[in-house]
Amino acid sequence: MAALDPIRKAIRSPRGAGSAAVLVLVVACAVFAPLLAPYAYDIQNLPGANTEPGWAHWMGTDEFGRDLFSRIVYGARTSLTVAISAISISVAAGLTLGAMAGYFGGPFDRAVTAVVDLTWSFPEILIALILIAIIGPGLESTMVAISIAYLAQFTRLTRAQIMALKNETYVEATANLGAGHFHIIFRHLLPNALTPVIVAGMLATGDAIILEATLGFFGLGAQPPTPSWGAMMSSGTAQIFIAPWIIIFPGLAIALTVIAINLFGDALIEALDIRNRLRSS
Amino acid sequence: MALLSVKDISVTIGKLNLLDGVAFDIGAGEILGLVGESGSGKSLTAMCVMGLLPRIGGRITEGSIIFDGREMIGLPEVELRHLRGKRIALISQNPMTSLDPIIRIGAQIDQVSTLHLGLSAEAAKARSLDLIAQLRIPEPEAIHGAYPHQLSGGMKQRIVIAMALAADPDLIVADEPTTALDVTIQAQIIQIMVELVRDRGLALMLITHDMGVVAQACDRVVVLYAGRVAETNTVEAIFAEPHHPYTRELIRCIPRLGQAPGSLKGIPGAVPSVVDYPAGCRFNSRCGAAEDLCRNTVPALERKTSGLAACHFSEV
Repeated sequence: MAALDPIRKAIRSPRGAGSAAVLVLVVACAVFAPLLAPYAYDIQNLPGANTEPGWAHWMGTDEFGRDLFSRIVYGARTSLTVAISAISISVAAGLTLGAMAGYFGGPFDRAVTAVVDLTWSFPEILIALILIAIIGPGLESTMVAISIAYLAQFTRLTRAQIMALKNETYVEATANLGAGHFHIIFRHLLPNALTPVIVAGMLATGDAIILEATLGFFGLGAQPPTPSWGAMMSSGTAQIFIAPWIIIFPGLAIALTVIAINLFGDALIEALDIRNRLRSS
Repeated sequence: MALLSVKDISVTIGKLNLLDGVAFDIGAGEILGLVGESGSGKSLTAMCVMGLLPRIGGRITEGSIIFDGREMIGLPEVELRHLRGKRIALISQNPMTSLDPIIRIGAQIDQVSTLHLGLSAEAAKARSLDLIAQLRIPEPEAIHGAYPHQLSGGMKQRIVIAMALAADPDLIVADEPTTALDVTIQAQIIQIMVELVRDRGLALMLITHDMGVVAQACDRVVVLYAGRVAETNTVEAIFAEPHHPYTRELIRCIPRLGQAPGSLKGIPGAVPSVVDYPAGCRFNSRCGAAEDLCRNTVPALERKTSGLAACHFSEV
């Protein structure tokens, strides 16, 4: 399929291949967590708390004696689910809002742009914190907060694309053959505007994982005993001198995943040759 | 009863009066040439007919456009959209950019007939293949599945023509359909288009600045100059006996085989700018026979020995 060509091209570079391998591994952890984890993530074993990494527990145990490796494998599930669904919602909403604003212009565009620019001027973490303060902590609110925090980015990007595209001759030609607004937006404008938005979404997924971990670290994300990399690091801070592995391994998991996403995103941008398009908007 | 009747329309954009009392008729099955230099209002007239003027901020201040017995001016956008493509189709100047780069050629033609004729996907595809074949493009199946960048300019322009024909319109407005193509292809495409239009008995409004194309394709000609109709007549009559000095100059500018090198001259001067059109006849600044009358009084579009012309001095 032609749509997969850029991905194939991205994998051909060493950077793309390495990062893709890491991503496949992380996704496999998330999908097959029950098969890969040697222990259940919530089984406590207080006598075996803070065990050093060894044959029985590859990454050691935490302060409740839970197997760290199992929790990290399940934690991938939490991180990826939250980040991917939040960004998907954000991309879908951003595409719709941006397309409508860019296409129709006028008061609607001005209203959308004003709100978007306002949120754009705050860091994502601040928006997420404010939203969670309003709707309360938890996995779902993290998801909602992250998707709203990134909405401005996708709306702006889509709007800029659509505004450039709507003056293309083929769009006019389609309108001249009697096509309606709906047809023009969904058949002609959005497909042409999609690529950079998807790549931006891919890169934002990395940021969203960090944001999810941050909120988890503050205890605002996934609630115990659901394993979340950020929350695991947070509980590790108390044990940092006794059992440093509790904070190190989740931290490594976050870093590796985010670096892999960013490198793969870069490889994809190169394969698609859209760096200039992203920069100009 | 004419299929399309443009009656004395005047158009303004902002403070500029771009068209001033343009009038002509197109009968069913008739091919009308609309000629004139750049800036004479040819494309603007096409946009009026398509109801696209509001999109560029233009306004029809006077006159009326009757299509198939119905007044088009003031028609709501929703109804105009039903006319566009289905009853009146536009073929634009630039085939290179008139096709969506990421949608297959076939799907782009298909969507016109599914939209306007309500055909099923298979019926639309069969119809598109048939149209591609009629435009004498080899291997219709392969072209149907190709992307625009895989086609040459001439092929793309034929596809654009196929899209215009797809919904069986009554009138096709072709705005300089071959300007972007090289000369060898131009004549061929005009010929194919005219054949298809004649076969189906469609009316065609062919906008061009090429008198050669007019002679090749049209039944009747409207000559526009600086936003006004200078002359209108049948093709035979206009070449045999042009009444307006501007028409005479246009015909004189057609290069001929065996012409002495260097003897081909353009019309002296330039089309006056819309911000300071001369009073009286707008051609007076470039006309060899202009007198005071021409500089003071606007000539009316009058019946001459044949056809209509707007000149004080052409023999009646």
